[in-house]
Amino acid sequence: MRRIDSVNDFVIKFANVNGTGSASANNMFAKAVFRMGVPVSPKNIFPSNIQGLPTWYEVRVNEKGYLGRRGGVDFMVCVNPQSMAKDVQEVLPGGYFLYDNTKQLDLRYVRQDVNYIGIPLTDICLREYTDPRKRQLFKNIIYVGALASLFKMDFAVLKNLVSDQFEGKEKLIAPNIHALELGYQYVETHYPDVCGIRVETRDNVGDRILLDGNTATGLGAVYGGATVAAWYPITPSTSVVEGFEKYAGRLRIDPATGRKNFAIIQAEDELAAIGMVIGAAWNGARSFTATSGPGVSLMNEFLGLAYFAEVPAVLIDVQRTGPSTGMPTRTQQSDILISAYASHGDTKHVLLIPSTPHECFTMTADAFDLAERLQTPVIMLTDLDLGMNDHMTEALSWDDSRQYDRGKVYTAEDLDRIGRFGRYLDSDGDGIPYRTYPGTHPTKGSFFTRGTSRDEYAAYTEDGTVYARNMDRLLKKWDTAKTLVPAPVLHQDRNDSKYGIIFYGTSQFSVLEACDGLLEEGIALDAMRIRSFPFSNTVRDFIDSHEAVFVVEQNRDGQMRTLLINELGLSPDRLIPVLNYDGMPITATWVKSKVRERFPGHNVTTLHAKAGESIE
Amino acid sequence: MTYIKPSFRHPELPVNDLGYTKKAYEGAISTLCAGCGHDSISGAIIQACFELSIEPHRVAKLSGIGCSSKTPTYFLGNSHGFNSVHGRMPSIATGANMANRDMIYIGVSGDGDTASIGMGQFVHAVRRNLNMMYVVENNGCYGLTKGQDSATADIGSQTKSGAPNLYEPIDLVTLALDLGATFVARSFSGDKEQLVPLIKAALSHRGFAFIDVISPCVTFNNTGKSTKSYDFVREHIEATGKMDFVPMKEEITTEYEPGNAQDVTMHDGSVMRFLKLDQEFDPTDRRATYNALQDAKEKGDILTGLLYVDPASQELHEVIQTSQKPLRTLTESELCPGQKALDAINAGLR
Repeated sequence: MRRIDSVNDFVIKFANVNGTGSASANNMFAKAVFRMGVPVSPKNIFPSNIQGLPTWYEVRVNEKGYLGRRGGVDFMVCVNPQSMAKDVQEVLPGGYFLYDNTKQLDLRYVRQDVNYIGIPLTDICLREYTDPRKRQLFKNIIYVGALASLFKMDFAVLKNLVSDQFEGKEKLIAPNIHALELGYQYVETHYPDVCGIRVETRDNVGDRILLDGNTATGLGAVYGGATVAAWYPITPSTSVVEGFEKYAGRLRIDPATGRKNFAIIQAEDELAAIGMVIGAAWNGARSFTATSGPGVSLMNEFLGLAYFAEVPAVLIDVQRTGPSTGMPTRTQQSDILISAYASHGDTKHVLLIPSTPHECFTMTADAFDLAERLQTPVIMLTDLDLGMNDHMTEALSWDDSRQYDRGKVYTAEDLDRIGRFGRYLDSDGDGIPYRTYPGTHPTKGSFFTRGTSRDEYAAYTEDGTVYARNMDRLLKKWDTAKTLVPAPVLHQDRNDSKYGIIFYGTSQFSVLEACDGLLEEGIALDAMRIRSFPFSNTVRDFIDSHEAVFVVEQNRDGQMRTLLINELGLSPDRLIPVLNYDGMPITATWVKSKVRERFPGHNVTTLHAKAGESIE
Repeated sequence: MTYIKPSFRHPELPVNDLGYTKKAYEGAISTLCAGCGHDSISGAIIQACFELSIEPHRVAKLSGIGCSSKTPTYFLGNSHGFNSVHGRMPSIATGANMANRDMIYIGVSGDGDTASIGMGQFVHAVRRNLNMMYVVENNGCYGLTKGQDSATADIGSQTKSGAPNLYEPIDLVTLALDLGATFVARSFSGDKEQLVPLIKAALSHRGFAFIDVISPCVTFNNTGKSTKSYDFVREHIEATGKMDFVPMKEEITTEYEPGNAQDVTMHDGSVMRFLKLDQEFDPTDRRATYNALQDAKEKGDILTGLLYVDPASQELHEVIQTSQKPLRTLTESELCPGQKALDAINAGLR
């Protein structure tokens, strides 16, 4: 029978039952590969459920560092009878299917082109353990041990991992290592040479780290000086504030009093969460909230107030599959338009779009500077894939000499110096007025913040001319924002091709891989990653310098494409949508196939027989 | 009606401990209807802040949307104000308070703003014991949209334009008590003598101080068939007692008949001396308050005055143990852990 042979380039998928402790075991496998110096990209595919439903963990191992989802499964670890029928079908021809053979495999699940590896996981656990919870938990560890043998992994790496993981709970180290050995030994005895997949030690991860975007975001808020976090729990954003709380709880406790240099309020809903953020920012604190699409829908009213009354706010939107409740545990990039234009009336909001956990960290910290400098909401758009999955990313760094940019704020001394204070006066010609914090001066600088129209001195007015003047100043401020937001990333020194490709956020991993693949096929594309809104001139120049530009997005309607057309006044036919919206992270294969459609006659057959090959 | 407020004041107006006359506590001229109860409440707030010698700029005024929510423009002109969105003032107040625990927060809302659209936020501000004074200017109708019934209108009560109200009223006082409010009072905009000391006590309370003030809408809900009219309230008002608020620095000199006076010492050392009308009533006993409210309700009366106070109240900052220093004053050195801490975090992620 055909057998997939591959070194450091394969996809393994674990099929588990939600709530059985499989996540930490699967994570241990991914981290072991990472510690062997091989780039790895794990993804949780989980149900909207706490216990009992099928859940999967898919790990792409790729020594070249391609970290996007590949699609197709070379090796399936199936410990969930519920999903077995479907799981078997997903294995590529020549792939492997590891299962619990305590019970005989249903004949309907037997495929002639798949290599079966049966391990009596339940039997081993029944023999070894008496406590039912242990029987369940160690089953997972045993199959990780089995994989170590099958893939000829460095067993010492796994042992060290266990020791690190249970530091402080030393009692748990020996039993876990024992469970690993049970699996390892079983394979050594029964399947010494059935598997052609190997993980070999490399030096391809450098000093990078394995981190999820939400934790990185929470940590970015700690470093960015956020003191007030208000939030309402919603998948997939919940771990942002949990990350903030975890690190602030360690790093932000006043040593003298033991009190917290931060406040976290779990609000009654998203409306209140963003209200608290705005109230705190109005009163001079750095504040933020984290939510997902349904929360952004609810926050629209307040976002309009913050835009119009010019109050800073930082909002993290970890996007999930909409509309409505949609698929709450699947990924998408479908909140672009609602975020860009949130609220009634003429509004526009600054968007930041990170691609990696490292960028989640830096952009979150930067978001506070931007929000205070521009006195307006800043919305960072990540997604479930980035937020909730571990990604290999650059080590986090911080310039210790960095000072926060608190924006234009008058002090009591300033107020004594300047004469009459006008809250909405454009004194510097950049559209950004000066503000005062409440309580600054006994007799000067107070003003009324409101969502109604007002003049330059914050006095209520229904004078249309004054209203329009203010709306125009807000546009001037918008122009200033273009010079302050993160620039797009161009992936070539010079734009040489007639064709370009634009992408953002988590599409980066697959698009760059697709570009490499397409180049091998003779299709060269100039690539640009958008990182923010408003669009800088670089974005326009990039589009102008190409005949046609592919715009890759993970939504149905091509929302970024719409935004580009609308904001830059572009002709729609020059922007070709490449869209993926099934809730799974976009793959390089998909991008390539969509791009190829535009190049008729460009029919490429794959020459190499390697892992994942037949999914092309 | 004039839109220019005369700036002339009597040259020998009394000054408070800060050397301010009452003028320092006034705001812009009101644009509400002449005779509106809300203007009397603004006047009471001005009086209370003046008498307490509060520095005006140490106050933040917060409101939602509606007639009542306009009033922060009409008092404390040297304070920052935030006229937010409908029913969402509590969240703005919560955020503002978290940013700076050292200021005084005055929230003004109405019965529509609090008991309908803002009910969700109101109840949560109560249960968090947010340190603020929350005044509901309760007129039983939506004034700014011309007199529709609000959720506090009594069954059968009738506004100028409408039919008798069909629905059960929401009693905000009972609701606040149920939610564990630590300071609850009810008053009447027409009774300044009662309202001013209540506001002074509320401002000195550490925690959520709620005052439901019946404040008749002269234009839409001052009819003979309304239970929120001046006449109806005057006829049915019943007080728990008379209250004197004695700031910390003053000695208590007034003599009361023994047995009738009950002193409640506030966090800052000031004393609320409560002169009971009913010997049985104890404003620190939540159960007694429920009984008194129920008794009044059965008689068709409106019970006013201080209804409940918890002198041991722990406000939100104490509950969540935030820094004594206002969060907004913290700087990079206190907020940013720096590269060294990041190195350790990185090491744990490999």
